[in-house]
Amino acid sequence: MSIEFKNITKTYDQAPVLENINAEIENGEFFAVVGPSGCGKSTLLRMLAGLIDITDGIIKINGKQINGLAAKDRNLTMVFQDYALFPFLNVEDNIAFGLKARKMPEEEIKKRVAHALEMVDLSDYKERKPRDLSGGQRQRVALARAIASDAKICLMDEPLSNLDAQLRVKMRSEIRDLQQKLGLTLIYVTHDQIEAMTMADHIMVLNDKHVQQIDTPLGIYNQPANEFVANFFGSPKINILSGNYQSNNHEITIDKYLKIKVNKKLDKNDYVVGIRPNQMDFETIDNLKEGNASVKNVSNLGSQTIVSALLDNGQTVRIVKENQLSIAPGERIKATSRGDAFVFDPEKRNLAAISVGV
Amino acid sequence: MEEENNLLDAKKQNILENSKKSILANKISVKKNDKFYALLFLGPSLLLLILFIFYPMLKTIYLSLFLTNGNGQNTVFVGLENYVSLLTSSTYLASLGSTFVYVIGVSVLTIFLGLLLASTASKNVRGSVFFRTIFSSTMGVSISVSAIFWLFIFNPSIGILNQVAAFFHLPILNWSTDPNLAMISVIISTVWMNLGFAFLVLFSAFESLPLSLYEETAIEGVGPVYRFMHVTIPLISPTLFFVSIITLIESFKSFGLIDLMTAGGPNNATNMLVYQIYQNAFLNGNYSQASAESVILTIIIAILTFIQFKYLEKKVSY
Repeated sequence: MSIEFKNITKTYDQAPVLENINAEIENGEFFAVVGPSGCGKSTLLRMLAGLIDITDGIIKINGKQINGLAAKDRNLTMVFQDYALFPFLNVEDNIAFGLKARKMPEEEIKKRVAHALEMVDLSDYKERKPRDLSGGQRQRVALARAIASDAKICLMDEPLSNLDAQLRVKMRSEIRDLQQKLGLTLIYVTHDQIEAMTMADHIMVLNDKHVQQIDTPLGIYNQPANEFVANFFGSPKINILSGNYQSNNHEITIDKYLKIKVNKKLDKNDYVVGIRPNQMDFETIDNLKEGNASVKNVSNLGSQTIVSALLDNGQTVRIVKENQLSIAPGERIKATSRGDAFVFDPEKRNLAAISVGV
Repeated sequence: MEEENNLLDAKKQNILENSKKSILANKISVKKNDKFYALLFLGPSLLLLILFIFYPMLKTIYLSLFLTNGNGQNTVFVGLENYVSLLTSSTYLASLGSTFVYVIGVSVLTIFLGLLLASTASKNVRGSVFFRTIFSSTMGVSISVSAIFWLFIFNPSIGILNQVAAFFHLPILNWSTDPNLAMISVIISTVWMNLGFAFLVLFSAFESLPLSLYEETAIEGVGPVYRFMHVTIPLISPTLFFVSIITLIESFKSFGLIDLMTAGGPNNATNMLVYQIYQNAFLNGNYSQASAESVILTIIIAILTFIQFKYLEKKVSY
């Protein structure tokens, strides 16, 4: 089942919440919609589901326009953030609810429910009420209900945000496996960039009513369309610094040691530079008068060390090193760039140039 | 030297014992304090309960076992005689019957209409806030005002109802003289009075329904009737249970509307249990019989509430 959004616009009382959204989703694709809260990602999902009206534009499923179609006739299923389980029904009846309402034959319902329960490994819990299940199990009941409906398009609205961190990691791979096994076209809404990066085939980044970028996870990471996307993806966060462009040597200078080379000629003086923390480096300096920054904070994560430092010109940088370091706040360092960096236009904030190595 | 040491030891011992004593004393005083504070906090409500509930209750049971004179003084102990004469009196049994008709009519209609209004008002349409206020406004109307208001409507000669009926050439009905119509008019007025409360409580239950469950049913293609019966009703069942018990008990106890609208008439058609108690005690001066009736009414309400808890609560899903 392929899906197409064409110039989708949604307004509430004349105030637009989404403007000119265009996207194409292929059959069997895991498509993540990512953005900060309030960016309209859930609204987009609900328009596709048929739960709210489309103000303007066209949505197609398999090439067929579905704008006026009722939710039930769109042949899709949805998993909600709060799981939307009926508290008064046990697991089995929760999964069978929609099938019963559609008056499916008893035999078929039984078969589907059993199959779905097996898929999510909950066969032993079918008599339980939702309140007697853990968060992860409830989540799986919701997944089982989606499986039982046999729809080939599945929409998920932040399905993992109510789970604890460890369970979230586990469910990520389970959902991905399920999607592959059933050949689902899955639209997955999340505010968590790691979820999107690890699960999706393609990611749509939404912010401020507009699509910022649609690309593969690596495409988004390696070539962010603008400062927002660069800022949103990657952990720890990218360093956004201001620098001056020198046309004679195609260099952008942030301070006396922190410089990057750009791959093309630019026409402005001031630019915004994005350098990922792992593309920064530093060495410790004994003399307090030298170097270009003082260490503010050190986080040792075991496999890596995150150092945050204050440059002498007042900007803060985060630097990641892939080893354990003994360095303390207050120490002087010389912070430098390893080479890879993004250059953004100071006004429009979109990507102006890329720097690859010095 | 040794003596001095001994003296010191004795002093230490003394201090130790003293401190033990004071600790013990402290403990006791804490316990005493606890009881004192418990009584202090419980006191006012306990006093009110004893004064206005427990004492009258026991006194009523006591009175129901005697014959009383016109001043309410006991004369002869008659045991259960009052109860026997009540349960064999055709007037009382008729009153029991009409009370049940009234209570069932009021409860069923109140809950049905309350559900209807609450589910309508909870839809987010233009003007629903206005209607929410209107629907719950009967809570602010006093019983006497609404009784007079309904009397104006039902009055056979000048009432609005009959005037409208005349305008449309419909039969003109004698609301105050026909026993069946009198019962219906009392039921309608009581339902109208109760509806504000039922609406408000049910409406709040409708407002707290989780949206995602309804989105789920929309995607699953569940029809509106099926959805109401299989999703909405189970979800609001705790509230529904609460409203049904309150409405049932309240309608058993209703007095003001009946007193003002029909005074038990015509021909005892609307002479409910509570109204009969009032008549016996304060019009006929038959306190012992009124007491016995009160005891029976209490038992009926207790049994019905028990049945509701026992059977209805099983169907309630929290």
